[in-house]
Amino acid sequence: MTGRVIPFGPLMAAKPDSPGSAFALPFRRPRQTAGPADETPLDPGEAERFRRLILPHLDSAYSFARFLCRDASLAEDLVQDAFLKAFRGFRGFRGGEPRAWLFAIVRTSHLSSTRRRSDAPVEPEVLAAVPSEDDTPEAALLRQADVDTVRGAIEALPEPFRETLVLRELEELSYREIAEITSAPIGTVMSRLARARSLLLAALPPEETGR
Amino acid sequence: MTACADKEALLHGLLDGELDAANARAFEEHLKSCQGCAKAYGELQGLSARLSTPGVSYRAPAGLRQRVEAMAAAPVAPRKRLRAAAPWALSGTFAAIAASFAIVSIQPNTTALEDQLVASHVRSTLASHLVDVETSDRHVVKPWFNGRVDFAPPVIDLADNGFPLAGGRLDYIGERVVAALVYRRNRHVINLFVWPSKPGLSSTPAVAQHSGYSMIHWRHGGLEYWAVSDIDAHDLEAFHQAFAIRTQS
Repeated sequence: MTGRVIPFGPLMAAKPDSPGSAFALPFRRPRQTAGPADETPLDPGEAERFRRLILPHLDSAYSFARFLCRDASLAEDLVQDAFLKAFRGFRGFRGGEPRAWLFAIVRTSHLSSTRRRSDAPVEPEVLAAVPSEDDTPEAALLRQADVDTVRGAIEALPEPFRETLVLRELEELSYREIAEITSAPIGTVMSRLARARSLLLAALPPEETGR
Repeated sequence: MTACADKEALLHGLLDGELDAANARAFEEHLKSCQGCAKAYGELQGLSARLSTPGVSYRAPAGLRQRVEAMAAAPVAPRKRLRAAAPWALSGTFAAIAASFAIVSIQPNTTALEDQLVASHVRSTLASHLVDVETSDRHVVKPWFNGRVDFAPPVIDLADNGFPLAGGRLDYIGERVVAALVYRRNRHVINLFVWPSKPGLSSTPAVAQHSGYSMIHWRHGGLEYWAVSDIDAHDLEAFHQAFAIRTQS
Protein backbone atom coordinates (compact mmCIF):
# COMPACT_ATOMS: atom_id res chain seq x y z
CA MET A 1 0.00 0.00 0.00
CA THR A 2 1.07 3.53 -0.43
CA GLY A 3 -0.59 5.32 2.43
CA ARG A 4 1.14 8.32 3.90
CA VAL A 5 3.45 7.31 6.65
CA ILE A 6 5.07 9.55 9.16
CA PRO A 7 8.84 9.17 8.95
CA PHE A 8 10.29 7.28 11.84
CA GLY A 9 13.53 7.20 13.71
CA PRO A 10 14.57 6.79 17.30
CA LEU A 11 15.21 10.45 17.86
CA MET A 12 13.56 12.06 14.91
CA ALA A 13 12.66 15.70 15.09
CA ALA A 14 9.15 16.61 16.09
CA LYS A 15 6.85 16.65 13.11
CA PRO A 16 3.30 17.90 13.28
CA ASP A 17 0.77 15.45 11.97
CA SER A 18 -0.93 16.53 8.80
CA PRO A 19 -4.61 16.23 7.87
CA GLY A 20 -3.73 13.48 5.42
CA SER A 21 -2.13 11.36 8.11
CA ALA A 22 -3.10 7.73 8.36
CA PHE A 23 -3.90 8.29 12.00
CA ALA A 24 -7.43 8.87 13.12
CA LEU A 25 -6.80 11.52 15.70
CA PRO A 26 -9.48 13.34 17.61
CA PHE A 27 -9.56 17.10 17.58
CA ARG A 28 -7.27 18.81 20.00
CA ARG A 29 -8.99 19.74 23.20
CA PRO A 30 -8.32 23.12 24.74
CA ARG A 31 -5.28 22.90 26.97
CA GLN A 32 -6.17 22.53 30.57
CA THR A 33 -4.64 24.10 33.58
CA ALA A 34 -2.51 21.50 35.28
CA GLY A 35 -2.08 23.11 38.62
CA PRO A 36 -3.48 25.49 41.13
CA ALA A 37 -5.37 28.36 39.62
CA ASP A 38 -8.54 29.45 41.35
CA GLU A 39 -7.84 28.36 44.89
CA THR A 40 -11.02 29.35 46.62
CA PRO A 41 -12.28 26.20 48.28
CA LEU A 42 -14.48 23.89 46.28
CA ASP A 43 -18.11 23.90 47.24
CA PRO A 44 -19.48 20.53 48.41
CA GLY A 45 -20.78 19.70 44.91
CA GLU A 46 -17.41 20.34 43.30
CA ALA A 47 -15.60 18.41 46.00
CA GLU A 48 -17.97 15.51 45.48
CA ARG A 49 -17.23 15.66 41.76
CA PHE A 50 -13.51 15.60 42.53
CA ARG A 51 -13.95 12.51 44.68
CA ARG A 52 -16.03 10.82 41.99
CA LEU A 53 -13.85 11.70 38.98
CA ILE A 54 -10.32 11.98 40.29
CA LEU A 55 -9.95 9.83 43.41
CA PRO A 56 -10.63 6.54 41.56
CA HIS A 57 -7.39 7.12 39.63
CA LEU A 58 -5.18 7.02 42.69
CA ASP A 59 -3.72 3.61 41.78
CA SER A 60 -3.01 4.75 38.23
CA ALA A 61 -1.43 7.97 39.42
CA TYR A 62 0.73 6.10 41.89
CA SER A 63 1.80 3.56 39.28
CA PHE A 64 2.70 6.30 36.83
CA ALA A 65 4.59 8.24 39.53
CA ARG A 66 6.36 5.09 40.64
CA PHE A 67 7.62 4.37 37.13
CA LEU A 68 8.60 8.01 36.69
CA CYS A 69 10.71 8.33 39.82
CA ARG A 70 11.47 4.63 40.44
CA ASP A 71 11.25 5.00 44.18
CA ALA A 72 8.38 3.95 46.44
CA SER A 73 8.53 6.77 48.99
CA LEU A 74 9.26 9.47 46.43
CA ALA A 75 6.26 8.24 44.47
CA GLU A 76 4.05 8.58 47.54
CA ASP A 77 5.22 12.15 48.06
CA LEU A 78 4.69 12.95 44.40
CA VAL A 79 1.16 11.58 44.33
CA GLN A 80 0.15 13.23 47.57
CA ASP A 81 1.50 16.53 46.29
CA ALA A 82 -0.22 16.04 42.95
CA PHE A 83 -3.61 15.27 44.51
CA LEU A 84 -3.29 18.33 46.67
CA LYS A 85 -2.59 20.45 43.60
CA ALA A 86 -5.37 18.71 41.69
CA PHE A 87 -7.83 19.37 44.48
CA ARG A 88 -6.85 23.00 44.77
CA GLY A 89 -6.85 23.49 41.02
CA PHE A 90 -9.87 21.32 40.24
CA ARG A 91 -11.64 24.24 38.57
CA GLY A 92 -8.92 24.04 35.92
CA PHE A 93 -10.27 20.63 34.92
CA ARG A 94 -12.63 21.08 31.99
CA GLY A 95 -13.77 17.55 31.33
CA GLY A 96 -12.08 14.99 29.14
CA GLU A 97 -10.07 12.08 30.42
CA PRO A 98 -9.51 12.73 34.14
CA ARG A 99 -6.38 10.59 34.18
CA ALA A 100 -4.75 12.70 31.49
CA TRP A 101 -5.34 15.82 33.56
CA LEU A 102 -4.12 14.15 36.73
CA PHE A 103 -1.06 12.61 35.10
CA ALA A 104 0.01 15.98 33.74
CA ILE A 105 0.02 17.25 37.33
CA VAL A 106 1.92 14.20 38.57
CA ARG A 107 4.46 14.71 35.83
CA THR A 108 4.88 18.40 36.63
CA SER A 109 5.43 17.53 40.29
CA HIS A 110 7.97 14.93 39.25
CA LEU A 111 9.87 17.35 37.04
CA SER A 112 10.00 20.05 39.70
CA SER A 113 11.07 17.63 42.41
CA THR A 114 13.74 16.28 40.08
CA ARG A 115 14.97 19.82 39.61
CA ARG A 116 15.07 20.30 43.37
CA ARG A 117 17.20 17.19 43.72
CA SER A 118 19.37 18.11 40.78
CA ASP A 119 22.39 18.63 43.01
CA ALA A 120 22.76 14.88 42.83
CA PRO A 121 22.02 14.09 39.19
CA VAL A 122 21.59 10.45 38.29
CA GLU A 123 22.89 9.39 34.92
CA PRO A 124 20.32 7.48 32.89
CA GLU A 125 23.07 5.18 31.68
CA VAL A 126 23.86 4.20 35.26
CA LEU A 127 20.21 3.66 36.12
CA ALA A 128 19.72 1.57 33.04
CA ALA A 129 21.97 -1.08 34.59
CA VAL A 130 20.11 -1.15 37.90
CA PRO A 131 17.62 -4.00 38.18
CA SER A 132 14.20 -3.57 39.69
CA GLU A 133 14.34 -3.29 43.44
CA ASP A 134 10.75 -3.73 44.38
CA ASP A 135 10.61 -4.07 48.13
CA THR A 136 7.04 -5.06 48.90
CA PRO A 137 6.47 -8.44 50.55
CA GLU A 138 4.38 -9.66 47.63
CA ALA A 139 7.34 -9.09 45.39
CA ALA A 140 9.10 -11.91 47.11
CA LEU A 141 6.51 -14.40 45.94
CA LEU A 142 7.56 -16.63 43.10
CA ARG A 143 4.80 -15.52 40.79
CA GLN A 144 6.20 -12.03 41.05
CA ALA A 145 9.37 -13.05 39.27
CA ASP A 146 8.08 -12.22 35.82
CA VAL A 147 6.37 -9.06 37.04
CA ASP A 148 9.68 -7.96 38.54
CA THR A 149 11.49 -8.69 35.31
CA VAL A 150 8.99 -6.64 33.34
CA ARG A 151 9.03 -3.76 35.85
CA GLY A 152 12.82 -3.80 35.88
CA ALA A 153 12.94 -3.63 32.09
CA ILE A 154 10.51 -0.69 32.07
CA GLU A 155 12.47 1.11 34.76
CA ALA A 156 15.66 0.69 32.79
CA LEU A 157 14.22 2.71 29.90
CA PRO A 158 15.42 6.31 29.61
CA GLU A 159 12.78 8.70 30.91
CA PRO A 160 11.02 10.03 27.80
CA PHE A 161 10.61 6.49 26.46
CA ARG A 162 9.61 5.15 29.85
CA GLU A 163 6.84 7.63 30.52
CA THR A 164 5.44 7.31 27.01
CA LEU A 165 5.44 3.54 27.22
CA VAL A 166 3.79 3.46 30.65
CA LEU A 167 1.07 5.87 29.56
CA ARG A 168 0.32 3.78 26.47
CA GLU A 169 0.82 0.16 27.56
CA LEU A 170 -0.17 0.34 31.22
CA GLU A 171 -2.64 3.20 31.21
CA GLU A 172 -3.85 2.72 27.62
CA LEU A 173 -4.07 6.41 26.88
CA SER A 174 -4.31 7.62 23.30
CA TYR A 175 -1.43 9.18 21.41
CA ARG A 176 -3.23 12.51 21.65
CA GLU A 177 -3.60 12.27 25.41
CA ILE A 178 0.02 11.24 25.83
CA ALA A 179 1.08 14.15 23.65
CA GLU A 180 -0.84 16.55 25.89
CA ILE A 181 0.50 15.08 29.12
CA THR A 182 4.11 15.09 27.98
CA SER A 183 3.88 18.37 26.04
CA ALA A 184 5.28 16.64 22.99
CA PRO A 185 4.06 16.51 19.39
CA ILE A 186 2.23 13.34 18.38
CA GLY A 187 5.06 12.35 16.05
CA THR A 188 7.45 12.44 18.97
CA VAL A 189 5.09 10.32 21.06
CA MET A 190 5.00 7.76 18.26
CA SER A 191 8.74 7.63 17.82
CA ARG A 192 9.31 7.36 21.57
CA LEU A 193 6.79 4.56 21.81
CA ALA A 194 8.39 2.64 18.96
CA ARG A 195 11.82 3.14 20.48
CA ALA A 196 10.62 2.07 23.94
CA ARG A 197 9.06 -1.08 22.53
CA SER A 198 12.14 -1.99 20.58
CA LEU A 199 14.29 -1.52 23.69
CA LEU A 200 11.88 -3.67 25.70
CA LEU A 201 11.79 -6.40 23.06
CA ALA A 202 15.57 -6.50 23.32
CA ALA A 203 15.42 -6.66 27.14
CA LEU A 204 12.51 -9.11 27.25
CA PRO A 205 13.11 -11.50 24.37
CA PRO A 206 9.85 -12.63 22.70
CA GLU A 207 10.69 -16.30 23.41
CA GLU A 208 9.88 -15.62 27.06
CA THR A 209 6.62 -13.87 26.49
CA GLY A 210 4.69 -17.11 26.13
CA ARG A 211 5.24 -18.12 29.75
CA MET B 1 13.18 -11.30 7.87
CA THR B 2 12.29 -7.88 9.16
CA ALA B 3 9.37 -5.52 8.94
CA CYS B 4 9.16 -3.13 6.03
CA ALA B 5 11.13 -0.02 6.96
CA ASP B 6 8.31 2.31 5.98
CA LYS B 7 5.63 0.44 7.93
CA GLU B 8 6.81 0.92 11.48
CA ALA B 9 4.35 3.72 12.26
CA LEU B 10 1.51 1.61 10.87
CA LEU B 11 2.56 -1.41 12.97
CA HIS B 12 2.32 0.59 16.16
CA GLY B 13 -0.72 2.53 15.01
CA LEU B 14 -2.66 -0.67 14.32
CA LEU B 15 -1.58 -2.19 17.62
CA ASP B 16 -2.70 0.91 19.50
CA GLY B 17 -5.97 1.34 17.64
CA GLU B 18 -4.86 4.68 16.28
CA LEU B 19 -5.36 4.01 12.56
CA ASP B 20 -8.46 5.13 10.77
CA ALA B 21 -10.62 2.38 9.31
CA ALA B 22 -9.29 2.55 5.75
CA ASN B 23 -5.65 2.44 6.77
CA ALA B 24 -6.27 -0.27 9.33
CA ARG B 25 -7.90 -2.46 6.65
CA ALA B 26 -5.16 -1.79 4.16
CA PHE B 27 -2.43 -2.57 6.65
CA GLU B 28 -4.15 -5.77 7.81
CA GLU B 29 -4.12 -6.85 4.16
CA HIS B 30 -0.43 -6.08 4.04
CA LEU B 31 0.19 -8.19 7.13
CA LYS B 32 -1.32 -11.21 5.37
CA SER B 33 1.21 -10.99 2.58
CA CYS B 34 4.32 -9.72 4.38
CA GLN B 35 5.92 -12.21 6.75
CA GLY B 36 8.40 -9.68 8.10
CA CYS B 37 5.70 -7.25 9.16
CA ALA B 38 3.51 -10.08 10.48
CA LYS B 39 6.32 -11.36 12.68
CA ALA B 40 7.08 -7.89 14.01
CA TYR B 41 3.40 -7.34 14.71
CA GLY B 42 3.19 -10.62 16.60
CA GLU B 43 6.15 -9.65 18.74
CA LEU B 44 4.59 -6.30 19.57
CA GLN B 45 1.33 -8.00 20.51
CA GLY B 46 3.21 -10.42 22.75
CA LEU B 47 5.06 -7.58 24.41
CA SER B 48 1.83 -5.68 24.95
CA ALA B 49 0.23 -8.72 26.56
CA ARG B 50 3.21 -9.20 28.84
CA LEU B 51 3.21 -5.54 29.88
CA SER B 52 -0.46 -5.71 30.77
CA THR B 53 0.06 -8.71 33.07
CA PRO B 54 -1.78 -7.97 36.31
CA GLY B 55 0.72 -6.82 38.88
CA VAL B 56 2.99 -4.87 36.57
CA SER B 57 1.10 -1.69 37.40
CA TYR B 58 1.65 -0.59 40.96
CA ARG B 59 -1.13 -0.04 43.46
CA ALA B 60 -1.24 2.90 45.82
CA PRO B 61 -0.20 1.99 49.39
CA ALA B 62 -3.02 2.08 51.96
CA GLY B 63 -1.46 4.93 53.93
CA LEU B 64 -1.29 7.14 50.85
CA ARG B 65 -4.89 6.32 50.03
CA GLN B 66 -6.00 7.31 53.51
CA ARG B 67 -4.14 10.61 53.37
CA VAL B 68 -5.44 11.52 49.94
CA GLU B 69 -9.00 10.60 50.82
CA ALA B 70 -8.78 12.61 54.03
CA MET B 71 -7.48 15.58 52.09
CA ALA B 72 -10.34 15.42 49.61
CA ALA B 73 -12.92 14.99 52.36
CA ALA B 74 -11.74 17.44 55.00
CA PRO B 75 -12.64 20.89 53.72
CA VAL B 76 -16.23 20.11 52.80
CA ALA B 77 -17.54 18.01 55.65
CA PRO B 78 -20.83 19.25 57.13
CA ARG B 79 -20.15 22.13 59.40
CA LYS B 80 -21.82 24.12 62.08
CA ARG B 81 -22.19 27.82 61.88
CA LEU B 82 -20.38 30.09 64.24
CA ARG B 83 -21.88 30.16 67.68
CA ALA B 84 -21.39 32.17 70.83
CA ALA B 85 -18.68 30.90 73.14
CA ALA B 86 -19.72 28.83 76.12
CA PRO B 87 -19.27 30.07 79.68
CA TRP B 88 -16.29 27.74 80.18
CA ALA B 89 -14.26 30.25 78.27
CA LEU B 90 -14.68 32.71 81.06
CA SER B 91 -13.19 30.77 83.95
CA GLY B 92 -10.05 30.73 86.04
CA THR B 93 -7.23 33.16 85.86
CA PHE B 94 -8.28 34.25 82.38
CA ALA B 95 -11.62 35.56 83.49
CA ALA B 96 -10.49 39.15 83.73
CA ILE B 97 -9.05 39.38 80.27
CA ALA B 98 -11.77 37.27 78.73
CA ALA B 99 -14.38 39.52 80.22
CA SER B 100 -12.94 42.35 78.20
CA PHE B 101 -14.01 40.48 75.06
CA ALA B 102 -17.68 39.93 74.43
CA ILE B 103 -17.88 36.79 72.35
CA VAL B 104 -20.57 36.71 69.69
CA SER B 105 -21.33 35.15 66.37
CA ILE B 106 -19.79 36.80 63.35
CA GLN B 107 -21.13 37.61 59.93
CA PRO B 108 -22.27 34.77 57.67
CA ASN B 109 -20.24 36.02 54.70
CA THR B 110 -17.06 34.76 56.34
CA THR B 111 -17.86 31.17 55.42
CA ALA B 112 -15.57 31.17 52.41
CA LEU B 113 -12.79 32.52 54.60
CA GLU B 114 -13.35 29.79 57.16
CA ASP B 115 -13.25 27.22 54.38
CA GLN B 116 -9.92 28.55 53.27
CA LEU B 117 -8.52 28.62 56.76
CA VAL B 118 -9.52 25.05 57.50
CA ALA B 119 -8.29 23.90 54.09
CA SER B 120 -5.01 25.68 54.73
CA HIS B 121 -4.70 24.09 58.15
CA VAL B 122 -5.39 20.64 56.69
CA ARG B 123 -2.89 21.17 53.90
CA SER B 124 -0.25 22.29 56.34
CA THR B 125 -0.54 19.02 58.21
CA LEU B 126 -0.73 16.84 55.10
CA ALA B 127 1.81 18.02 52.65
CA SER B 128 5.01 18.36 54.64
CA HIS B 129 4.35 22.07 54.49
CA LEU B 130 3.86 22.71 58.16
CA VAL B 131 6.62 25.25 58.59
CA ASP B 132 8.96 27.18 56.31
CA VAL B 133 11.16 28.16 59.23
CA GLU B 134 11.33 25.43 61.82
CA THR B 135 12.36 26.57 65.26
CA SER B 136 10.96 27.17 68.70
CA ASP B 137 13.09 30.32 68.96
CA ARG B 138 10.85 33.32 68.42
CA HIS B 139 13.96 35.45 67.83
CA VAL B 140 14.51 33.42 64.69
CA VAL B 141 10.90 33.27 63.54
CA LYS B 142 10.18 36.97 63.93
CA PRO B 143 12.99 38.27 61.70
CA TRP B 144 12.23 35.50 59.21
CA PHE B 145 8.94 37.23 58.42
CA ASN B 146 10.72 40.53 57.75
CA GLY B 147 10.61 41.24 54.06
CA ARG B 148 8.31 38.29 53.47
CA VAL B 149 5.17 39.99 54.76
CA ASP B 150 4.42 43.71 54.98
CA PHE B 151 3.47 43.61 58.65
CA ALA B 152 5.06 42.35 61.83
CA PRO B 153 3.20 39.43 63.40
CA PRO B 154 3.87 39.13 67.13
CA VAL B 155 5.83 35.94 67.63
CA ILE B 156 5.40 34.59 71.12
CA ASP B 157 6.49 31.26 72.50
CA LEU B 158 3.75 29.83 74.69
CA ALA B 159 5.66 26.75 75.85
CA ASP B 160 5.02 27.76 79.45
CA ASN B 161 1.31 27.45 78.73
CA GLY B 162 1.70 24.11 77.01
CA PHE B 163 1.74 25.52 73.46
CA PRO B 164 5.35 25.43 72.25
CA LEU B 165 6.12 27.41 69.11
CA ALA B 166 7.09 25.11 66.23
CA GLY B 167 7.89 27.66 63.55
CA GLY B 168 6.42 29.95 60.94
CA ARG B 169 5.18 29.70 57.40
CA LEU B 170 3.81 31.89 54.63
CA ASP B 171 0.36 31.00 53.44
CA TYR B 172 -2.29 32.40 51.09
CA ILE B 173 -5.69 33.30 52.44
CA GLY B 174 -8.21 35.45 50.64
CA GLU B 175 -5.72 36.24 47.85
CA ARG B 176 -3.15 37.72 50.17
CA VAL B 177 0.02 36.44 51.75
CA VAL B 178 -0.49 35.85 55.44
CA ALA B 179 1.79 34.79 58.27
CA ALA B 180 1.07 31.42 59.82
CA LEU B 181 2.55 30.78 63.24
CA VAL B 182 2.62 27.11 64.09
CA TYR B 183 2.19 25.90 67.65
CA ARG B 184 1.98 22.41 69.04
CA ARG B 185 -0.31 21.04 71.68
CA ASN B 186 0.91 17.57 72.58
CA ARG B 187 0.75 15.81 69.20
CA HIS B 188 -1.63 18.32 67.67
CA VAL B 189 -0.94 21.38 65.58
CA ILE B 190 -2.36 24.87 65.93
CA ASN B 191 -2.09 27.22 62.98
CA LEU B 192 -2.38 30.87 63.92
CA PHE B 193 -3.00 32.90 60.78
CA VAL B 194 -2.18 36.59 61.03
CA TRP B 195 -2.70 39.48 58.64
CA PRO B 196 -3.49 43.20 58.87
CA SER B 197 -7.11 44.00 59.60
CA LYS B 198 -9.13 46.75 58.04
CA PRO B 199 -9.63 49.69 60.36
CA GLY B 200 -12.90 50.16 62.21
CA LEU B 201 -13.86 46.52 62.56
CA SER B 202 -15.05 45.05 65.82
CA SER B 203 -12.41 43.44 67.98
CA THR B 204 -14.92 40.97 69.38
CA PRO B 205 -13.56 37.42 69.36
CA ALA B 206 -15.63 34.60 67.91
CA VAL B 207 -15.32 30.87 68.06
CA ALA B 208 -16.42 28.34 65.48
CA GLN B 209 -16.55 24.65 64.85
CA HIS B 210 -15.89 23.92 61.22
CA SER B 211 -15.54 20.48 59.62
CA GLY B 212 -14.50 19.12 62.98
CA TYR B 213 -11.88 21.80 63.49
CA SER B 214 -11.94 24.43 66.20
CA MET B 215 -11.44 28.05 65.18
CA ILE B 216 -11.14 31.27 67.10
CA HIS B 217 -11.00 34.65 65.47
CA TRP B 218 -9.95 37.90 67.10
CA ARG B 219 -8.45 41.25 66.25
CA HIS B 220 -5.80 43.11 68.13
CA GLY B 221 -3.36 45.91 67.36
CA GLY B 222 -4.46 46.25 63.74
CA LEU B 223 -4.08 42.54 63.01
CA GLU B 224 -6.53 39.75 62.29
CA TYR B 225 -5.90 36.47 64.08
CA TRP B 226 -7.42 33.12 63.22
CA ALA B 227 -6.40 30.13 65.29
CA VAL B 228 -7.31 26.79 63.68
CA SER B 229 -6.71 23.35 65.12
CA ASP B 230 -8.13 19.90 65.61
CA ILE B 231 -7.66 20.24 69.36
CA ASP B 232 -10.59 20.55 71.68
CA ALA B 233 -12.35 23.93 71.64
CA HIS B 234 -11.51 24.41 75.33
CA ASP B 235 -7.82 23.95 74.63
CA LEU B 236 -7.93 26.35 71.72
CA GLU B 237 -9.63 28.94 73.87
CA ALA B 238 -6.87 28.48 76.45
CA PHE B 239 -4.37 29.08 73.65
CA HIS B 240 -6.22 32.23 72.61
CA GLN B 241 -6.27 33.53 76.19
CA ALA B 242 -2.57 32.82 76.70
CA PHE B 243 -1.73 34.57 73.46
CA ALA B 244 -4.01 37.53 74.20
CA ILE B 245 -2.50 38.09 77.65
CA ARG B 246 1.02 38.16 76.22
CA THR B 247 0.09 40.64 73.49
CA GLN B 248 -1.76 42.91 75.91
CA SER B 249 1.29 43.53 78.04
